[in-house]
Amino acid sequence: MPAVSKGDGMRGLAVFISDIRNCKSKEAEIKRINKELANIRSKFKGDKALDGYSKKKYVCKLLFIFLLGHDIDFGHMEAVNLLSSNKYTEKQIGYLFISVLVNSNSELIRLINNAIKNDLSSRNPTFMCLALHCIANVGSREMAEAFASEIPRILVAGDTMDSVKQSAALCLLRLYKTSPDLVLMGEWTSRVVHLLNDQHMGVVTAAISLITCLSQKNPDEFKTCVSLAVSRLSRIVSSASTDLQDYTYYFVPAPWLSCKLLRLLQCYPPPEDGAVKGRLVECLETILNKAQEPPKSKKVQHSNAKNAILFEAISLIIHYDSEPNLLVRACNQLGQFLQHRETNLRYLALESMCTLASSEFSHEAVKTHIETVINALKTERDVSVRQRAADLLYAMCDRSNAKQIVAEMLSYLETADYSIREEMVLKVAILAEKYAVDYSWYVDTILNLIRIAGDYVSEEVWYRVIQIVINRDDVQGYAAKTVFEALQAPACHENMVKVGGYILGEFGNLIAGDPRSSPLVQFNLLHSKFHLCSVPTRALLLSAYIKFINLFPETKATIQEVLRCDSQIRNSDVELQQRAVEYLKLSSIASTDVLATVLEEMPPFPERESSILAKLKKKKGPGAVSVTELEDSKREGGELNGGGDRGQDTATMAASNASTPSPSADLLGIRSTAPLGAAPASAGSLLVDVFSEAGPTAPSAAVNDDGFLSSAPPSEDPAPPLSEADDLLNKFVCKNNGVLFENQLLQIGIKSEYRQNLGRMYLFYGNKTSVQFASFTTTVSCPGELQSQLNVQTKPVEPLVEGGAQIQQVLNIECLTDFSDAPLLNIKFRYGGALQNLTLKLPVTINKFFQPTEMTSHDFFQRWKQLSQPQQEAQKIFKANNSMDTEVLKAKLLGLGTALLDNVDPNPENYVCAGVIQTKSQQVGCLLRLEPNAQAQVQHTDSPERVSHNYSSIPNFLHYLSPYSVNI
Amino acid sequence: MMRFLLLFSRQGKLRLQKWFTPMAEREKKKIIRDMTSAVLARQPRSCNFLHWKDLKIIYKRYASLYFCLAIEDQENELLALEVIHRYVELLDKYFGNVCELDIIFNFEKAYFILDEFLMGGEIQETSKQIVNRCIESSDMLQETMEEYMSKPAF
Repeated sequence: MPAVSKGDGMRGLAVFISDIRNCKSKEAEIKRINKELANIRSKFKGDKALDGYSKKKYVCKLLFIFLLGHDIDFGHMEAVNLLSSNKYTEKQIGYLFISVLVNSNSELIRLINNAIKNDLSSRNPTFMCLALHCIANVGSREMAEAFASEIPRILVAGDTMDSVKQSAALCLLRLYKTSPDLVLMGEWTSRVVHLLNDQHMGVVTAAISLITCLSQKNPDEFKTCVSLAVSRLSRIVSSASTDLQDYTYYFVPAPWLSCKLLRLLQCYPPPEDGAVKGRLVECLETILNKAQEPPKSKKVQHSNAKNAILFEAISLIIHYDSEPNLLVRACNQLGQFLQHRETNLRYLALESMCTLASSEFSHEAVKTHIETVINALKTERDVSVRQRAADLLYAMCDRSNAKQIVAEMLSYLETADYSIREEMVLKVAILAEKYAVDYSWYVDTILNLIRIAGDYVSEEVWYRVIQIVINRDDVQGYAAKTVFEALQAPACHENMVKVGGYILGEFGNLIAGDPRSSPLVQFNLLHSKFHLCSVPTRALLLSAYIKFINLFPETKATIQEVLRCDSQIRNSDVELQQRAVEYLKLSSIASTDVLATVLEEMPPFPERESSILAKLKKKKGPGAVSVTELEDSKREGGELNGGGDRGQDTATMAASNASTPSPSADLLGIRSTAPLGAAPASAGSLLVDVFSEAGPTAPSAAVNDDGFLSSAPPSEDPAPPLSEADDLLNKFVCKNNGVLFENQLLQIGIKSEYRQNLGRMYLFYGNKTSVQFASFTTTVSCPGELQSQLNVQTKPVEPLVEGGAQIQQVLNIECLTDFSDAPLLNIKFRYGGALQNLTLKLPVTINKFFQPTEMTSHDFFQRWKQLSQPQQEAQKIFKANNSMDTEVLKAKLLGLGTALLDNVDPNPENYVCAGVIQTKSQQVGCLLRLEPNAQAQVQHTDSPERVSHNYSSIPNFLHYLSPYSVNI
Repeated sequence: MMRFLLLFSRQGKLRLQKWFTPMAEREKKKIIRDMTSAVLARQPRSCNFLHWKDLKIIYKRYASLYFCLAIEDQENELLALEVIHRYVELLDKYFGNVCELDIIFNFEKAYFILDEFLMGGEIQETSKQIVNRCIESSDMLQETMEEYMSKPAF
């Protein structure tokens, strides 16, 4: 007997459901279902036409069977038939079946679309709603094609019923999400925005979801919604709890609509209009105030609805990140929730505070809750809450509290849920590195990590500790001592053996003076772990042993014996066997000198983005961490370990998975102690030297550093030119030879010579590493109109550049007409598998084609006066930073390519130059006067020229000149 | 937006499934398995939220039934709890003291009520009165018990 049935019940269905429920076993259930399927099939195939009721009942039974998890391969046609029934309940079941069992059968879709079309044009609101629901539920491309233009019309038509408008808005949203290309913006879009003003709250609630989605994609087109949303919000927030009748939910006025409005505002920056902004701030304050009022009901629904609005308001405040007062209030409010008896609120407060921690206004306020958060980590019963607490600790960590937080996270790790241990390990490793003040603390922390959660310490983590120890000689002795002590434990994790083997192999000598850790003791300690380890660890240990032979000749005999024994030299693993054989041979035939060279201490690792962070980001998926990380690095970048500048940090983060060595901007702020590239080679002429005298220790390394970063996205497309490409270019305005670019891997030198409108440039690519560059290709291109102005020819270079080798490339350059851009040089190669890609500007500037011209004072001033039209002259006044040394200035002006004319200007302080720019199509005469004003440290440059249409290039090279004068 | 709503019993029996985005049957089955095991394994007095892949799972138990709603990352958890509650209220109002059996035997009604309340993963109408009025009006063709009993049982 059916338990309950209401409305237009179907007795047969109820009986069937009860039969199924009474089945004692899965088999019995399947048997009953098969019987029913056979029955329905025969009814559908039978000669007698079924009435609507029976059809509905059988379709409904099929649906039930499907929902039980069985496949249904018939009945679709009958369901489609139901769609055209005039009885609402039959139509409804038909639509339900179609919605649940979408079939991509195109013929059927056409029939369904026909039925939908009929219902949409029926003007019967209930039928229209059913049809719209079906479109939204199926949301297929075919349906979007058929109805995407019809639905906006229904939505904004004046005579559409409210309920239909609601369905149409959400149906359109669905189609827009699945096939945005088919939903064309049009006249309806502006009218949709005004639905925010609709009388009917239900219409506003439905429409705002659509408007929010449209605004995210086309913010400009919909920005009028901001003021409408603010005024609607303000009306709701200030209304009494009874004003909105049924839209008040447990004494909270329109919580869903309020949240949606606050969410919509998060698509935009703070309103520019002062009045609108004032009104909004008032709303936000009211919401914050209401949180402090006593609850109007004890029901959880009341507090949930009220706090939902509060959290959404806090999200908006965080999004604006511009109202310190509101941010701090938000933080205090969340602080209260941290100790709330509702677990849900504690959870959400922790989560929300994570984002507040990244705002500079509220970071400090968040930090004041550290004890509560630590307490949550220790005492919360619910693992998801503890997880949020750990996230928040990570987010609020900075230099001032790093030691405390890392210690707490370490102790939490001992009992942490297995599912989150790996992430916790990564976070601890990152914090320890990022905020390490002294590296002994860092080493301790990582070794503790391995001790506590060795299984969860990924390769990235232990690789990283080794890199850091190798790069920082102040911590090597301490590291050796600490791993030695850690290895004393009877059972230590294999990762500890790896780190220990590596570090003792490199730096065991630093602790060998102590008889308690004499070479032989160290060796025996390591070797006692050997047999418990996996093959890769054993291989690592064998390498440590051969390093021992070099470090401590007295261990040679013992170690050779170990290598010689069968278990090594005849090991079934080919890698181990090979190592044993080779190391044994090496140790017996090589002289001490050779051994010392071969087994030299590891050179410093090139600094790179922490692979740990890359891993954490990968784990969390894009977006999850990177946003807060970026915020972090923005905030911390400047002060960290004297690390690189902020821009670089961000750039490294962006190239998150790049495994390319980034010379400086190690995110975690640890700089290589190894000196970066040598000072720029002064291969140039005397003149060049004069001009690059800004300092022989020139900051070229620093410049190139971040250049490398921005130039190394792992992409096959030519990288955009370096941000400082123009600076590099400017270095060469007045000189023809020198180092164009240098980073840790590559040095590019330039020698060039020019005659008339022709030039030849020699590029020298030097591989600074010991590893071969593969697929080395260089491409010179003239972007845009430069193509018709400059002709550059070259031959391809050899694709392989051996370590330490230099290759040369010759460019032939012809100046066709005047130009202002520089040709681009793109260089791509693979270094250790990673694609390097950088683009530089080649220092080919119009002044290279100057031919100096001598002339008398009389000629000079006659021509000077003739060039009086505005487009024929350019004047620039600029400040010199350094003293204006006559010789330096002269050298620069000569370097520019012009003739420096003596005894021309009546004022001997002034410099006068003349030259002719040679292009293939024409010659352009140029005159130049530099008028230093020693008192004001100001210089005037006047530079008329002869050919008026050539105006554009002259200010350009004046521009080049100016930084140089400034540098003097 | 909301991605899916599942109703299942304490024994893990699925009572209602609503998918707001198209999904392959195999994937649905996997999600149902994941959700039932994740939610049923939760300790009492835990919070009502879980992270699952890129979604937030909001669940709440009403008597013998678990309501489990998946929302996108930027959505509001507390409000999602109230979406569940409002749906329960709507069912309650319609069936009068709703229980699991009502939803088993009248699953199509449970779907219809849900469709009046939510659409395409968004809230369509939050007013209890309006939703109920819609549902009631579609039941205008209510039969008498006599008519009902005279209908064939197969």
